[in-house]
Amino acid sequence: MATVPSSARVVVIGAGIVGNSLVYHLARLGWRDIVQIDKGPLPNPGGSTGHASNFIFPVDHSREITDLTLDSVRQYQEMGVFTESGGYEVARTEERMEELRRRMSSARAWGIESELVTPEQVAEKVPFLDPTVIVGAFWTPSVGVVDSLRAGTIMRERAQELGALQVVATVEVTGLDVEEGRVTRVRTSGGDIDATTVVIACGVWSPKLAAMAGAHIPLTPAVHQMISVGPVPQLAGTTGEISFPIIRDMDTFCYERQHGGDMEVGSYAHRPILHDPEDIPSIEQAKLSPTEMPFTADDFDPQLEQALELMPDVLGNPEVEIRYAINGLLSLTPDGAPILGETPEVQGLWSAAAVWVKEGPGVGRLVAEWMTDGTPEYDVSNSDIARFYPHQRTREHIKARTGEAFNKTYGIVHPGEQWASDRDKRLAPMHARQREQGAFFFEAVGWERPFWYASNEHLLGEYGDAVMPREHEWDARWWSPIINAEHLAMRERAGIVDLSAFAIFDVVGPGAMAAVQGIVVAQADVAPGRVVYTPVIDERGGFRSDLTVMRLGHDHYRVVTGGAHGMVDRKWFADRMPADGTASVVDQTSTYTTIGVWGPRARDLLGSVTDADISHESFGFGRCRDIEVGSLGVLASRISYVGELGWELYVPMEQGAPLWDLLHAAGAEHGAVPVGIGVYGTTGRLEKGYRAFGFELDAERTIVEAGMMRPKVKDADFVGREAYLKQRADDPATVLCTLTVDDHTSADGTQRYMLGGEPIVGRDGSPLVDGHGHRPYVTSAGSAPSLGKHLLMAYLPPDQAVVGSQLAVSYMEQLYPVTVAAGDATPLFDPANDRIRG
Amino acid sequence: MANVLVCIKRVPGASGQILLTEDEQAVDARHVGWTVSPHEECAVELAIQVAAATGGAATVLTVGSSDALEQLRDALAVGCAGAVLVEADTQHFGPVDVAESIADVVRAHEVAGTTYDLVVLGNDAADTGDFQVGVRLAYALERPVLTGISTCEIDGDTVVARGDGPDGLEVFEVPLPAVVAVMEGGVSPRYPSIPGRMKAKRAPVETLTDSRKPVGSGRVRLKLPPEQPSQVEILGAGADAAPAVVDLLVKLGVVAK
Repeated sequence: MATVPSSARVVVIGAGIVGNSLVYHLARLGWRDIVQIDKGPLPNPGGSTGHASNFIFPVDHSREITDLTLDSVRQYQEMGVFTESGGYEVARTEERMEELRRRMSSARAWGIESELVTPEQVAEKVPFLDPTVIVGAFWTPSVGVVDSLRAGTIMRERAQELGALQVVATVEVTGLDVEEGRVTRVRTSGGDIDATTVVIACGVWSPKLAAMAGAHIPLTPAVHQMISVGPVPQLAGTTGEISFPIIRDMDTFCYERQHGGDMEVGSYAHRPILHDPEDIPSIEQAKLSPTEMPFTADDFDPQLEQALELMPDVLGNPEVEIRYAINGLLSLTPDGAPILGETPEVQGLWSAAAVWVKEGPGVGRLVAEWMTDGTPEYDVSNSDIARFYPHQRTREHIKARTGEAFNKTYGIVHPGEQWASDRDKRLAPMHARQREQGAFFFEAVGWERPFWYASNEHLLGEYGDAVMPREHEWDARWWSPIINAEHLAMRERAGIVDLSAFAIFDVVGPGAMAAVQGIVVAQADVAPGRVVYTPVIDERGGFRSDLTVMRLGHDHYRVVTGGAHGMVDRKWFADRMPADGTASVVDQTSTYTTIGVWGPRARDLLGSVTDADISHESFGFGRCRDIEVGSLGVLASRISYVGELGWELYVPMEQGAPLWDLLHAAGAEHGAVPVGIGVYGTTGRLEKGYRAFGFELDAERTIVEAGMMRPKVKDADFVGREAYLKQRADDPATVLCTLTVDDHTSADGTQRYMLGGEPIVGRDGSPLVDGHGHRPYVTSAGSAPSLGKHLLMAYLPPDQAVVGSQLAVSYMEQLYPVTVAAGDATPLFDPANDRIRG
Repeated sequence: MANVLVCIKRVPGASGQILLTEDEQAVDARHVGWTVSPHEECAVELAIQVAAATGGAATVLTVGSSDALEQLRDALAVGCAGAVLVEADTQHFGPVDVAESIADVVRAHEVAGTTYDLVVLGNDAADTGDFQVGVRLAYALERPVLTGISTCEIDGDTVVARGDGPDGLEVFEVPLPAVVAVMEGGVSPRYPSIPGRMKAKRAPVETLTDSRKPVGSGRVRLKLPPEQPSQVEILGAGADAAPAVVDLLVKLGVVAK
């Protein structure tokens, strides 16, 4: 029986690709006394790494995932375990070709060499593929395969050579002790290890381990079916593991990958087969390994037929036998992103889970950097474990969403596409009324948010072509011209916006001011009744959030932030509360709902239902106070994310519906209409040049680059101050700009409208590169109905970030001329901000 | 031309640690899936080889639930020409019931015009290990039976079969029609090809029902033997361990000194 040391600086549980990468990077960054344990034997302890197909296609629509993949490839190459094979994503339909053109956009945006090729070009490199079955393909020469087990061994050995690591195999974790909210001990079958930092890198078993400490890692083990056939005569003469490009047969959700003399066929087309972590067999109970479950042939048969169509000579050969077939387990998460970072429930307990072989080493480096100084090179906001709301951690939610997403692994997923499963989980108090108003709901972290209202359809007649109708189905999918009509009505009269999805938390206590002051960039030492919009940055000066803070009292601040990122923000604040307990964070998200009233008639509207003095003189911009609206007590805050006169109105959740009704009743005579998030989140803010976290703002962007510098920096210290001061002194490496699309006409005469993610290039199509070595891409795109323009935001090289600069956007492999309209945060609409100050 | 009937049983896959179902009436397949025993995989292979060598056809048969269609199709995928599912609630079937059920099909097919010159089975089932069905089937059909057979072929009116005996290889010749119970080791079962798999999916399966009342004492429950503590001896590490490994291999008779 193996035994473990009695204490460690850090315990890493799991010796798959993630755990192995992590121990190496921790050691490299100076960590010592690392203990790594696994219940299985080495080098293949029986997790998902052991049966991975181990190929890497670098291009993904997600920037962070692509960064992690490219970083991983570099690490695999450095270790000598990467073999470049090239890879094709083949299309059987024109619809798929269009998706491959969109993939070209991502390839260009991330600077990865790729090209679209003909069926004949594919057959040239892959002679056993039938070119008549496909219409074209997306070719990426840098696709390759890795030896992930060998890589793991190398990384463990490197950590051991540094004297940093002790590895103990075949010991199983039996418990995780938590004292006063902090992990203190790992109990194992080989003894107990005292440790106050523990990382769960256990892949499909991670939820079970987290539960031992009362934490959640919301992933589910899911089956990916794979067979290996051989011996294939066409592959007989080849040397090494792979010499033919890998094929992804995108429309059948299958791949074919040479492995020596065999061909592996894998599928994401079968029904979702989800397991519970508790039901994975032990090593002794398993037939092969715990994550190689018995093959269920019926599920795979339809895929066999489709694979046969594509490679009839290889797969149709009766001498070529199915020699290996498994239901391999891998990890899926409800939103598809990895689960990384310190758990919000238990201090010192970290998760590095739901990671594929293609991202493993990159994630290992990222988590190690995060654990070392809190500022990993790549933005982590989409994979931060703190992002989940309680309902998103439930087993039912995880199963519903992963079940829905599984068959989209190779799917054509529109950027605006909404989930169909497990909806209606967080309903605004005025939800029933919104249904009557014909709301079309988009979901945000469970909240059902009206994106536009069918009841406003009559406005289309009123505004005619000013609503900028879109003629191409793709551009108009998950969109309505009603959004733009609502926008125009709000700018002309008034709009009423449901903002229930805000995350709200209070910072209270005698130390509240000092605590908030130390976290936010803007001056927080303001009089009660002031509202402060502020960036939140990390020690490196990268954005962690942007949010508003209301000082409600001497020892009482209220933080209001976007729902999508709210739980991460809450943890960020909670982690930085004073150790002496003089300030604390209290979640109010489910306590208050928020309704926005904005537009030139907003004061008239609100004035008709309140006796409070809401004149500009008495209730200026950036102020908040309690007022009576009818018989409701309302906290009114005069700010705006759409650039109009108006207020955010906060009431207890149970009074949201009466306030909604009251405002609509009073608003009728002022022409007020309900306005959806299509305006709030896109059209209204783009016209005003307002940046959005997760689009323009993330940890890889700075205040200076985003053009959000204020004239002065407060004297008080705050997280990131030093870095920020240095950034202000230097020239930015990249500059956020707003661009207008000058001509929307495509080659076939259709007017096309970009949706975001597209590369910005020179007028002639030549690539641009900023001071970080990054290619510019569209961070946000949308209509500016008041300007009659389609706007794009993008970070550009400083020499291009000048008003009037003539560039182009590449959309579906066609170039459209664009012009830089703002080289900083200057709004294109109402540049002097007269309306907001009205 | 010899027609061969090969009989298989759907059983849980093998693993290091066997689990029983809650009622202790069966082996729990939840982690290991379903298969046929290695003996039966070899029986299927032998049946296909014998049929092919004589220009006859191999038919696969099972007695059990309709779930066993999966195993019938696996056999069809590697070359069996026909399949028979005798649907029966076999939970309380003993070897004699299974043998009688198979015998009924053999006789019925004979009446219908198909004679099975050879019936092959696995030596014993992987889950219950009764070791009886072959012998009882032969008795029911009044045929000679050979057990523990590794390879066989048809020579005119006889089957020539070989198997390992206590003193070395034993060779038997018995007249056809006969019953042969196969042990693994003589032939390598083939894997299915993709065309074979697809053909199997579409192949018709003759489905019969058998509602006989089980005879015999029946099974009370299954019981796992007490776990044997495993003893691990580490021979050494790295290249230094090589001589010890060689000594062990010699001792086991795997290599000659």
